[in-house]
Amino acid sequence: MDSKTEITERFSNLYIDNIHRIAEGSTSFINSFREPAFRLFDQLGVPTRKNEAYKYTNLDIFFKHDYKNYFIPERADFVKAEEFRCDVVDLDVHGIVLINGFYPTINPKLHELPGGIWIGSLNEAAMKFPDEIEKHYGKYAKSESDGLVHLNTAMASDGVFVHVPAGTVLKKPIQVINLVDSVEDTFNQHRNLIIVEENAEITLIICDHTLSPQKFLTNAVTEIFGGENAHFEIIRVQNEHNNACKITHTFIHQESNSYALSNNITLHGGLIRNSTYHYLGGEGAETASYGLFLADKWQHVDNFVNVDHATPNCTSNQLFKGVLDDMSTGAFNGRIFVARDSQGTFAYQKNNNILLTDDAKMDSKPQLEIYADDVKCSHGATVGQLDDDALFYLQSRGIDKKQARLMLMFGFAHEVIQNIRVEPLRDRIDNLVMQRLKGELSRCASCMVKCG
Amino acid sequence: MLVINNLKAAIEGKNILKGISLEVRPGEIHAIMGPNGSGKSTLAAVLAGREIVEVTEGSITFFGKDLLDMSPEARAREGIFLGFQYPIEIPGVSMVNFMKTAVNEHRKHNGLGPLSASDFLKLMREKKELVEIDSKLANRSVNEGFSGGEKKKNEIFQMAILEPKLAILDETDSGLDIDALRIVANGVNKLRRADNSTIVITHYQRLLDYIIPDFVHVMYDGRLVKSAGKELAMELEEKGYDWIKKEVDIQD
Repeated sequence: MDSKTEITERFSNLYIDNIHRIAEGSTSFINSFREPAFRLFDQLGVPTRKNEAYKYTNLDIFFKHDYKNYFIPERADFVKAEEFRCDVVDLDVHGIVLINGFYPTINPKLHELPGGIWIGSLNEAAMKFPDEIEKHYGKYAKSESDGLVHLNTAMASDGVFVHVPAGTVLKKPIQVINLVDSVEDTFNQHRNLIIVEENAEITLIICDHTLSPQKFLTNAVTEIFGGENAHFEIIRVQNEHNNACKITHTFIHQESNSYALSNNITLHGGLIRNSTYHYLGGEGAETASYGLFLADKWQHVDNFVNVDHATPNCTSNQLFKGVLDDMSTGAFNGRIFVARDSQGTFAYQKNNNILLTDDAKMDSKPQLEIYADDVKCSHGATVGQLDDDALFYLQSRGIDKKQARLMLMFGFAHEVIQNIRVEPLRDRIDNLVMQRLKGELSRCASCMVKCG
Repeated sequence: MLVINNLKAAIEGKNILKGISLEVRPGEIHAIMGPNGSGKSTLAAVLAGREIVEVTEGSITFFGKDLLDMSPEARAREGIFLGFQYPIEIPGVSMVNFMKTAVNEHRKHNGLGPLSASDFLKLMREKKELVEIDSKLANRSVNEGFSGGEKKKNEIFQMAILEPKLAILDETDSGLDIDALRIVANGVNKLRRADNSTIVITHYQRLLDYIIPDFVHVMYDGRLVKSAGKELAMELEEKGYDWIKKEVDIQD
């Protein structure tokens, strides 16, 4: 970008003014990424709508705002985090709670689970497991066009680290609860690294919540490595208030015969942008990228997916659905890239959206770049209203129109939710979605924020 | 039970029904036959309350109540059931949830509380046997991935559960092989009672070998042009519809 925008300028200054404080808590290895990343950010800037990947999303409203920036946590903040309990009944998990991307100080910041799994602070892990960090950190989060990925690398202070050693199968899911809570408008960045070694298996649930009504901007980067034959599922549940903006960049790198599933469930939030990058780096790897969002009022939800079939005989499956009410807007951009030698590729993509009003708007853009011959590829996108025939069918059995509409919307959404294998979570999300579709606020019981 | 009087209806400004009168009494089976495009399915749609059909003249009463005044769901709760010619696939909505909601709506209408989970499952089991529907179908999404025959059986299954006073079966026999046809017809016969009635809409006489009608009506160009007993169906099978068309055209 030739002329740096005012916004980019401000974030650049933020880096210059604070980098010494941020760097204090990190190892020299992690810090070694900061300066080059900052230069890339300074060059690329905060994406504008001129950036093809952000064509439908205007970040200005949230990026123009002056945040009381937040790099080092205050001890007092952790009271709420300590007290926070996820209220999903029967959800038996190994849980960690982060507040504004930081760890409560009372519990150990890094701890071991059965099977030699380690979860906790990335900064702590960088000191304890320098080899693992050096092998994976910064290897997968790459972008030639998105300055925000580099802004995160340059300035993120901490985040979640998960290491699952080879052959370890963890039946109980790991749940990471990201709370945002502050008396001041806050800008957050987390940096997460998940390593699932060969033949290992985990399920990771990431829940994003806001606890106070201030304006929030979060820019999170997650790198995930799946070794040979690894099997992992990442379910992200986003439930934040209308004054919160969440930008996530998830980079999933897979080795041969591994299976990965990413499921982004967006229940509520002011502006949400999820970028999910799937790199199929070994033969026989399979990846699934799913997403569901429900938007109303002036909310905006943008899902950007990039699947890179870098090796032969891999399978990918994208399914994204959206229900848009009021004057909400949404975007889906699904790219499938099949490299020249990636024969035997199966790549599917489906994006269906329901607009409940004339004012709601959805942009859907498939992008297929296929350079191999032996490829099976399909994509389909629909933007429409509820099916009148289906509505009449339900009514003709005695179900009233309002209820019938609800059933259809729920059925539409359930196609994504049904892929969640953790039953209590699936039931809970079904419930939250139903509440949301009924026009009730789908907040967890422990949430104090009156949003909406 | 059902009285249709000089019913005229249009779809998107085009007149389809041009003055239909028909009375159905409890316990009767009426067959409505006729060539394609004669308005048979439109009549079924009007009875069930499809909004796309605009009634321009005439009246329909059901047990003395003005049917045209009711929403589709209200008609269903009063006891009208439409067996669809093309049952709709509804992904994500399970048969169980669909039928449970429907049954409880009917019960609410009749001043009853919702059925307990176990009673409902018992009801499903009983009716499944009655219509010889595969147990697995009931656990799937509504009609999703069902074969043509399974979809039609599923219509009869729903009818068995909801126990309507008046069932209108729109071309239920179309696309069915002989075994499925027999199962569907058996279902209808088993559900027959002295106080309920059926209107069978069909193009072919074949279904009427299994479901014996009390009355056969021929519809042509939006009118019921001929009514008689079951022997009329045989005559139509033999001679086709042309002779009726001729008769009508001469009168016009």
